[in-house]
Amino acid sequence: MRRRRRGGFVERTIEGLYQAAQRALDAENSASGGGLLQGLDARVKVAGLLALIVAASLETRLWAMAAVFALAVALAAVSRVPIRLLAARVWIPALVFTGAIAAPALFLTPGVARYRVPGLHWAVTAQGLTTAGYLVLRVETAATLALVLVFTTPWARVLKALRAFRVPVVFVAILGMAVRYILLLVETAHEMFESRKSRGVGALDAAGRRHLAAASAGVLLSRSFQLSGDIYLAMQARGFRGDVCLMDDLAMKPRDWLALAGFAALAAAAVWVGR
Amino acid sequence: MTLYEIERLSYRYDRLTAIDGLSLSIAEGSRVALVGANGSGKSTLLRILDGLSFGQEGAVRFRGEALTEERFADDAFAFSFRRQVGLVFQDADVQLFNPTVFDEVAFGPLQLGLPGREVRDLVSEALERFGVANLKDRVPHRLSGGEKKRVALASVLVMEPEVLLLDEPTAALDPRSQSRMIDLLVEWGGGNKSVITATHNLADLEDIADRCIVLAGGRIAAEGAPEEILGDRELLESANLIHAHRHRHRSGEVHSHPHVHSGEAERGE
Repeated sequence: MRRRRRGGFVERTIEGLYQAAQRALDAENSASGGGLLQGLDARVKVAGLLALIVAASLETRLWAMAAVFALAVALAAVSRVPIRLLAARVWIPALVFTGAIAAPALFLTPGVARYRVPGLHWAVTAQGLTTAGYLVLRVETAATLALVLVFTTPWARVLKALRAFRVPVVFVAILGMAVRYILLLVETAHEMFESRKSRGVGALDAAGRRHLAAASAGVLLSRSFQLSGDIYLAMQARGFRGDVCLMDDLAMKPRDWLALAGFAALAAAAVWVGR
Repeated sequence: MTLYEIERLSYRYDRLTAIDGLSLSIAEGSRVALVGANGSGKSTLLRILDGLSFGQEGAVRFRGEALTEERFADDAFAFSFRRQVGLVFQDADVQLFNPTVFDEVAFGPLQLGLPGREVRDLVSEALERFGVANLKDRVPHRLSGGEKKRVALASVLVMEPEVLLLDEPTAALDPRSQSRMIDLLVEWGGGNKSVITATHNLADLEDIADRCIVLAGGRIAAEGAPEEILGDRELLESANLIHAHRHRHRSGEVHSHPHVHSGEAERGE
């Protein structure tokens, strides 16, 4: 029996975005759970993890970078971020994409040959291995730290932390609303395609898929225009006059100051020993 | 005393006429239901009453003040009006645009310039009153339909408006959420504040209104007390608010009744 083809490019993209939206919900749930980092002020986590990312990118010794990576994994573990999830969402994809970029360096970097590819006589050099190792490990470390932030800090708190770092209030408000309504529109698009699927028999040909994609894009565009107009009216109805006022309710506790000092010390130490 | 005075108001969307020469007066402290089928002009009229849209013809006055675009350009008038009048939209997703429920409820008071501590107290009280305190850190997008409606209502009532405009407050809610929403509306302000509700849910009329205005094609088709309107089958049929429902009895006999779809309750004869 012939296997039924999966939907077209647009349908697969929408499905992918929908799955990403569902994963965002997982992240929100994890961020609200118990764990070492979940209990800290969002500003400390944004500043501390960013400092570690900068430190990792400044490292010039592979072992020091590996130590920052190990620290990132340890932070994930004590914050109850599943290691399997890190492997599936960060380590393997980062290895595949960065590995593809780093692979030529294995052969093109001049140095002592360590291994020859059978049949091709291409030499993998020690220096090439080090260069590729730097690139892959740097990306793995930065991505792990970023995911630790996402899985330990609710999105609303990240936005408030950005405000505390003097990011303009209008920018933060637009960012928050953009994420909110992108999720809504992705869900709408997903429902449209599900609805089409429930009424259709067999796969559409290429022209049919293009027609469906164009029609769906038109409906979504129209819906987003209507939505944006209605949201503006809803904001006006509650007193919005062009200047956004938001509430700052973050408060630093002693343990937050302690954690901030710890992050600063670790980042400084990583830069110092790895220089 | 008159709350709203509307004179020969017309509103058109391109070539479609939503409100057609409508004249109406609404008294202070009254509970009015704008009843009509889809497309009868209810939502447009509510937006005009909230100063969000303005008719191409005619006039609307709120407590004697004309509601015009020029008038809303004056910050003092706009702030004063927004404090007095609150609108709950039909689609709660439109109204819930903040990252958390707490921020959502705090949005209005903050825009009105209230100090942070006062806003915090008001928000906490509103969250408790509407039974959504446990949701305060949740993302509004992930709430159920009933929770979204309650948060939307809290986000408006936190500003303690004197006049509440509601667009289909029980639409798309399950029976229990509908009942809870009606209870909240009935209890709000001790029943002394002005409430104008657009609805096509006839089962709620007697609970939420003392006076009903039936709209059809952007005009007033009838007005009166809820029991008068509900008792006029011909009017309800002509306004597309009820329809004949055919069914077959065991004996094989087929006949029809006037029939209303209105959540859990169905009013028939």
